[in-house]
Amino acid sequence: MTKEIEEKILSLKGKFPKVKTAILPAFHILYQESGYLDPEGMEKISELLEIPLMEVYEVASFYTYFPSEKTGKYIIRVCDNLSCLLSGAEKLIGYLEEKLKIKVGQMTPDGLFTLSTVECLGSCGTAPVMMVNEDYYENLTREKIDQILEKLSKK
Amino acid sequence: MTEKILFKYIDQPDQYKIDTYIKNGGYQAVPRVLKELSPEQVIDIIKKSGLRGRGGAGFPTGMKWGFVPKDSSKPRFLLCNADEGEPGTFKDRELMQKDPHQLLEGIIISSYAIGANLSFIYIRGEFAFEANRLEEAIKEAYNKGFLGKNILGTGFDLEIKVHRGGGAYICGEETSLLSSIEGVRPLVRLRPPYPAISGCYECPSAVNNVETLSNVPHIIINGAEWYAGIGTPKSKGTKIFCLSGQVNKPGNYELPMGTPLRELIEEYGGGIKNNRKLKAVIPGGVSTQVLPVTKVDVKLDFESLIEAGSMLGSGAVIVMDENTCMVETAYRLVQFFEHESCGECTPCREGTYWLSRIMKRIVQGQGRMEDIDLLLDLCDNIFGKTICPLGDSVTIPITSTLQHFREEYEYHIKNKRCPVERK
Repeated sequence: MTKEIEEKILSLKGKFPKVKTAILPAFHILYQESGYLDPEGMEKISELLEIPLMEVYEVASFYTYFPSEKTGKYIIRVCDNLSCLLSGAEKLIGYLEEKLKIKVGQMTPDGLFTLSTVECLGSCGTAPVMMVNEDYYENLTREKIDQILEKLSKK
Repeated sequence: MTEKILFKYIDQPDQYKIDTYIKNGGYQAVPRVLKELSPEQVIDIIKKSGLRGRGGAGFPTGMKWGFVPKDSSKPRFLLCNADEGEPGTFKDRELMQKDPHQLLEGIIISSYAIGANLSFIYIRGEFAFEANRLEEAIKEAYNKGFLGKNILGTGFDLEIKVHRGGGAYICGEETSLLSSIEGVRPLVRLRPPYPAISGCYECPSAVNNVETLSNVPHIIINGAEWYAGIGTPKSKGTKIFCLSGQVNKPGNYELPMGTPLRELIEEYGGGIKNNRKLKAVIPGGVSTQVLPVTKVDVKLDFESLIEAGSMLGSGAVIVMDENTCMVETAYRLVQFFEHESCGECTPCREGTYWLSRIMKRIVQGQGRMEDIDLLLDLCDNIFGKTICPLGDSVTIPITSTLQHFREEYEYHIKNKRCPVERK
């Protein structure tokens, strides 16, 4: 963990009526930095915020937004809840698996993409929808997916 | 059609900036409230307006604020529930993205009404863009003197913090939300004590939805009578209906309470996609009962939907055409609740697991006729027997599809395949 990130987490300390409230903001900072909640980062959060490590794990394991293992540079989260399914999400997930040559839950060998399915992303009016890291991509089609993957692969 | 209230300026690209918001009449309710009205008067106006919570339960907002003790020695908190996660719902996201100051103004007034000096906007983790937009809006509001110490010289202090969640549906349940803010594992809590007495950090708190709070400034400016004149006798005001599924024009539509479902689907939604026939509608998010096409003339308000055998919920209208298999739909929703069960109450934790297994074997053509009774028996043992409403919610897709589409279950079991021929 860089000094800068440590300071960011430490600065959360006086911000709330009780220090434990800082735990979710700290997870977001760690996730931005590492792409997942790595054991070393969790220990650091415990140390900096003075929250027992067990409690840090107890809270972290509840939230699905933060991966517990190393993921690709880009995490693709495709919604497969009802409104997206009614709008063809299943076929698009199959298309993504085909294009990336991986199954849902896997990472491409070059470490660029992790493909996952998630519950409702709250964007059902523009279904089907997926997130790549923290960005939404809506009204998805095969063509759009082609463009998105091409753009990200070049970055 | 009645004029739009919340979405009046939603299509103006700069509405999220404070100057545009002010130019369009924004931040006029805050000085009026802080300089001319007592907290009791504000609560009274909201009570008289008939505003009811827009998150799903429909509890009268003014009454909720009235439960927060005035004489408490503890600090009080106003919590904005922006953990929009009920499948089918996407209204709060648009409200925060395009008109964040409308929400902030609502929070300022509501905090004043209950005597809170700190407010959290608990926003689902995925809404990173909206969280940033709110942060920017809060900065603007501080700079103009609408937030911070001694707001507009009235002596009222308020700080608003944006708190991002981590992808857990259950955190939209108010007691789980409180635990999540406190930074402990966000299990649900038994009520009583209600949040009004012992909420965030065991202090008196009010939890209100984004759409609910966004209504508040308009009620202050235009009056309780004006608001109460919109909608139906018991469901006042407008509601943002989130139309999704197999319609030509999905999206958010702000319409008066009591608008017929058919009008929403046909006139606003442009009818069913690909000229297919309507089969069923979930009218208020996946925690509400599926309605068959025969109920399409129901009016969209709290009372009419209960009478029709469902609920208004969050106003998330999911439309399904003739090609949709209702058994598969129910199975998908059970899987959702199984995934999101927090695991605290045994009936929900174990029940969602078993419902999901039984539904799976029916969908896969391995069901037994007695599975139908087994499903109903399990539902009976979950419904009403858990701390939070998630337990009830998981039974609803099954019991309501069995009520209206039992023959599809029987077909699946007898013929070991889906009755729906996909065109």
